[in-house]
Amino acid sequence: MARIQLNVDGKAHTIDADGDMPLLYALRDDLGLRNPKFGCGLAQCGACTVIIDGAATRSCVTPVDSVQNTKITTLAGLGGGKAHKLQEAFIAEQVPQCGYCINGWIMTAAAFLERNPKPTEAQMKDALSGIKCRCGTHMAILRAVMRAAQA
Amino acid sequence: MEFQVNRRHLLSMGGALTVSVLLPGVKAQAFVPKEGASLRPPQDPRRLASYISVNADGTVTAWFGKPDMGQGTDVGVAQMVAEELDIRVERVKVDFSDTTTSLNQGGASSSVGVSQGGRALANAAAEARLVLLEMASKHLSAPVAELTIHDGVISVKTNPARNVSYGELIGGRWFENEVEWNGIKGNALDLKSIRGKRKDPSEYKVYGSSPPRRDVPVIVLATEDYVVDIKLPGMLHGRTILPPVAGAVPVNIDRDSVKHIPGVQIVHQNGFLGIVAPREWDAVKAARDLKVTWSEVKAPFFDHKDLYKHIRNAPVIKTGGLNSNADQAKMDAAFKSAVRIIEATYEYPFQSHACMGPGCAVVDYQPNGVSRVWTGSQKPHYATEGVAAVLGVKPEQMRGTWVRGPGSYGRGDAGDAANAAAILAKAVGKPVRYQAQRHEAHGWDTKGPASIHMVRAGLDKDGKVIAWSFNSKGFDRLNVASNESKPRDNLFSQLAGVKPQPSLVYGSPQESYRFPAKSLTWELIPPLLESGSPLRTSHLRDPLGPDIHFASESFIDEVAFAVGMDPVDFRLQNLGNERDRDLIKTVAEKAGWERHTTARKQRRGDVAIGHGVAYAVRAGTRVAIFAEVEVNLKTGKVWGKRFVVSHDCGIVINPDLLKLTIEGNIVQGLSRALMEETTFDKNNVTSTDWESYPILDMTERPQSVDIVLISRKNLAPTGAGEGSMRPVTAAVGNAIFDATGIRLRQAPFTPERLRASGLA
Repeated sequence: MARIQLNVDGKAHTIDADGDMPLLYALRDDLGLRNPKFGCGLAQCGACTVIIDGAATRSCVTPVDSVQNTKITTLAGLGGGKAHKLQEAFIAEQVPQCGYCINGWIMTAAAFLERNPKPTEAQMKDALSGIKCRCGTHMAILRAVMRAAQA
Repeated sequence: MEFQVNRRHLLSMGGALTVSVLLPGVKAQAFVPKEGASLRPPQDPRRLASYISVNADGTVTAWFGKPDMGQGTDVGVAQMVAEELDIRVERVKVDFSDTTTSLNQGGASSSVGVSQGGRALANAAAEARLVLLEMASKHLSAPVAELTIHDGVISVKTNPARNVSYGELIGGRWFENEVEWNGIKGNALDLKSIRGKRKDPSEYKVYGSSPPRRDVPVIVLATEDYVVDIKLPGMLHGRTILPPVAGAVPVNIDRDSVKHIPGVQIVHQNGFLGIVAPREWDAVKAARDLKVTWSEVKAPFFDHKDLYKHIRNAPVIKTGGLNSNADQAKMDAAFKSAVRIIEATYEYPFQSHACMGPGCAVVDYQPNGVSRVWTGSQKPHYATEGVAAVLGVKPEQMRGTWVRGPGSYGRGDAGDAANAAAILAKAVGKPVRYQAQRHEAHGWDTKGPASIHMVRAGLDKDGKVIAWSFNSKGFDRLNVASNESKPRDNLFSQLAGVKPQPSLVYGSPQESYRFPAKSLTWELIPPLLESGSPLRTSHLRDPLGPDIHFASESFIDEVAFAVGMDPVDFRLQNLGNERDRDLIKTVAEKAGWERHTTARKQRRGDVAIGHGVAYAVRAGTRVAIFAEVEVNLKTGKVWGKRFVVSHDCGIVINPDLLKLTIEGNIVQGLSRALMEETTFDKNNVTSTDWESYPILDMTERPQSVDIVLISRKNLAPTGAGEGSMRPVTAAVGNAIFDATGIRLRQAPFTPERLRASGLA
């Protein structure tokens, strides 16, 4: 057990945890956040994605002691207290079915749009190629992310 | 019991008769007769209050026994209820959150959420409408025939100023009326007859409109818990440890190997092995690090490349099916008279539900009170009964709360998670949140059954089909029941020693081809491992649909080409049902179908382009699909580029949500057609994550899915949750043939399989 300092959604937190514990468990269990989800624990599906210093990162394989001096953003903090334009677009397009994957799509797309505000559809598809959706809502997801990109 | 009520009547009765009780969470109204009479009447399908209630603010709650799994079933049901009650759909809430407030309508099941579940609530709403009219008649001193309803306000037709709202009549109190129940629990639960009258379709105003899903903002803004987010005071985190060789049991557990992890407890019952710990990461570590010696058992399986050889050679333990218009002698005679016989065998693998998150549930065991389970199961009533059975508590001492879960496409691992949580919670006497790990979700969920399908057609001298036989041979479709109420149907109880009881059922193609002699039959083979098997089978979205119709609709194309006909023309010539011919015509027209009587092998550089069509019926719902594929001739990779769907499920209630449902089925269906195959070696399942069991990704999604909804205003809805999954595999396979001339008779259509099939 070590004392770990985290900056999440603009707030400082101190937790006691094993340094090798994945960040996901700190966010979900210690901080009580429900957006990042456990999907695989293998960085294969994206459900646990958060943005660390601007980069979409799989929190399920990121040791918590490796991110102490970083700025971590979760879906809850993405819009700065309001719905982010991606969230608005996902609602407008009625995207989710079960919705368990949605965190991964929005966080990955948000980090990508920060760097590439006006992507082509092909660039957007490539950027999102590592995220899984089992319900098969890919058609609606692409409509939503392109809608947000054009907003 | 007939009961009518108005304010004066209520007040005069005082508390002598319990005429009304307060809805939970609703403030007392002036006319509530007795303080403290706030308990809801017991859930009973013979009470109107079990289906419909009017809230204090005049809104309506419909109590539904089928959770929506993300397709908007609840919105469709709200529309049905709103239609019957003459109230805006925005003012109807459909609540399916708890087993103590909704009847057991079978849970999400067989795409009957609207066709059966919604029908029961629409019937109850029609009954409630009449009850409300009768109440208003007394209140307004006007005959029912002189009343009219607009958005929950009943007024006198000739004098609209004389009016009373639903809320004023009974808001915040329960209907006391009894209704006539059909005596059935589960999917077919319904009212046997009603005094009220259902609307005629010509009067419909709400059907055909597209109000949005209610839970989308909740999901996207994360304002409510998923089942994985439930936390209880004193709750422990549970994980399981499953054997490296299926069928092995722990013979030595080295408790010292995890004793450094704070608060770990080990739960061992026969083949069941689990751990709990106060902190989740500690539970994950303990499950990972616990040293276990497993029993030596005979390898239960074989290499999965021998799967179809095994199915061919395996003994048959049960047969069934339909000799729909021919007995065996007639079939034999028809084939004997044929001048030409064509036959082919198709092969379909085991597939996984592969939900986004591994199964999760929370169980709070209270031996002297009410025990609770939080589950994302699509059948929460049954899952709750299953937990009660494990805990050994009476059903009335058990409450199940449905919370959104990580996907559900049939009988996945949600029920097994509730089962594991129950075993652990009972053993340690604390609330337990159990979540499976990824390798368990892929490796140990129930599977869609592997099968082979042998199809024969006998042709006369003019090339007409005079005999048609379709025989499936494969594993049971329900080695464990999709209903999770019995411990024997749950993985962890099986491991703990409860004997399974397979259902031994299969199915047959659903289509309307008019062949003079036609036989549709099936044969079942024994499971590879009788109990606690990672290859145990159960329902996976559109159970058997993609499997069987891959064979039947591919073979239709084979026969069409064999007699020199275009696949669309052949279907139009042979389909017996007018609606089916309409579907085929519609999809062909919309897609710009180009007639062809052999594979065209159209090329653009290294890419071959092909078109295919397929169709199927599912419990009355009829779907035709056109697929355009591009096959990379160098790699063998197939892209399902363009889809057109024509869809006829009777009357369409919510076109926009139906289209989203269909899109999801096309994409998931395409994923299963191109990529998905549970693999195994002699010891265990080897496809245990997203690398070894890939699904379609964003770059592989179709460029377009165009959908034509054929709404049949005078036909009851027949369900749309799964039907559009059914013909996808065959449409893609037929398009691959057009592109390459290669007839793939084994799914999925992976690059390896295309290359091995002689791709140029």
